[in-house]
Amino acid sequence: MDLFWSSLGPMLLGAVKGTIPLALASFAIGLVLALLVAMLRISRSRIANGVGRFYVSVIRGTPLLVQLFVIFYGLPAVGVKLDPWPSAIIAFSINVGGYAAEVIRAAILSVPQGQWEAGHMIGMSRGQTLLRIILPQAARVSVPPLSNTFISLVKDTSLASLILVTEMFRVAQQVAAFSQEFMLLYLEAALIYWVICLVLSTAQTQLEKRLDRYVAH
Amino acid sequence: MSPTEPVLQVRGLSKSFGANTVLRGIDLDVPRGKVVALIGPSGSGKTTILRSLNGLETPDAGSVTVGARGTSADGAAGAAGGPGSEGGTGVEPVLPALTLDFGAKVTPREVAALRDRSAMVFQHYNLFPHLTVLQNVIEGPVRVQKRPRAEAVAEAEKLLDRVGLLEKKDAHPFELSGGQQQRVGIVRALALKPQLLLFDEPTSALDPELVDDVLEVIKELAEEGWTMVIVTHELAFARQTADEVVFMAGGVVVERGPASQVLRNPQEERTQAFVRRLLHEI
Repeated sequence: MDLFWSSLGPMLLGAVKGTIPLALASFAIGLVLALLVAMLRISRSRIANGVGRFYVSVIRGTPLLVQLFVIFYGLPAVGVKLDPWPSAIIAFSINVGGYAAEVIRAAILSVPQGQWEAGHMIGMSRGQTLLRIILPQAARVSVPPLSNTFISLVKDTSLASLILVTEMFRVAQQVAAFSQEFMLLYLEAALIYWVICLVLSTAQTQLEKRLDRYVAH
Repeated sequence: MSPTEPVLQVRGLSKSFGANTVLRGIDLDVPRGKVVALIGPSGSGKTTILRSLNGLETPDAGSVTVGARGTSADGAAGAAGGPGSEGGTGVEPVLPALTLDFGAKVTPREVAALRDRSAMVFQHYNLFPHLTVLQNVIEGPVRVQKRPRAEAVAEAEKLLDRVGLLEKKDAHPFELSGGQQQRVGIVRALALKPQLLLFDEPTSALDPELVDDVLEVIKELAEEGWTMVIVTHELAFARQTADEVVFMAGGVVVERGPASQVLRNPQEERTQAFVRRLLHEI
């Protein structure tokens, strides 16, 4: 049990300095990407639509670990050499972008057509209507599935240990290798992930309540 | 300017959705301050006309002119379609007349310009659920027309007070009854200071006991001198409110004339059948 407590500090530090910022940065960038891709997917242009569809298809159709390895171990072959951190953030962002794009697209499409028409009627352009009228309503619908994406991402950051990012799981691996207490340390890592995700679930519930205020049930 | 000068002039409007032709060369004139009711069976093209006037549909051919020729900034509030009491400051800048010829290619900018001249009240209200009543009303004036917020709020409150909903200004649409929502829909349209008001079956989605409140508001607007086109199934309302009734079927105008004539003494067989059916329903 001494090992549990003595390793807890370094592992929490790994979470605070690795796992959490990695997840937050990737999710933020990924959401921006996702919004752009969702725009492509709902655009009337066939080419734009095709580009968006291709991106989503490639990202969802290949393993995240492979994407991570292509960027970190593969790209140097074509002269692009990235450090572990930027590689991880790029890979996770692109991945989140692919999954969240479909969530956002579906959320936008779930807003009744009459809302677009009312936006146009009061004189708004397509972009203005999207920003002021459609997205605020789509946000409400997309919180549960986007929370799923975020929670998955938090756990997926453990894959970054394989490209040498010092996040929480890499700390666990190092301590385990040194002490040979694999069961204890990996369960400890699992526990920390679980606690982080519990906090996130609670935050999701609060956010849903907030966004639900203005809608009849 | 002549009081009979048309605020709306529609010529040869045609529209097909795929193989389905919904409008076959419609002509329509609405003089300033007059109310035209479009009646007819479902699928006759009434709503498509309205939506074309507000740029929500793009017709295949024909032209639409909104606003009187020669209208300019000195046109006074009357030219804004409504009575002078709306403006507060008296004289409102009025957009000049605009003609769109749908036979040629029409740009989104032109459609937007056409839209700026009219405002629409939807069958299903289409209020913005995430905004309060007041925010719904001022969104257009403040965000699109860039009018000072304080001024827009003051006008919105005045309009809400008129329809008896001032105390609901901070409520969200879901807290209102259908009739209240539709009255907010009307206020949202009025706040845009359009030259032309379009009503798309404004009471069709309402519970019967809520219909009268909404019709009462529209009647008052007619009396105040707003220029309006109303698609409706409420024949009694049309008879009392409309200056002209246009009966459509199958994408053409079957019969038109003064409300009393078309509704009491229709000449065409199809009009007779339609009016009889609707009146017997009631």
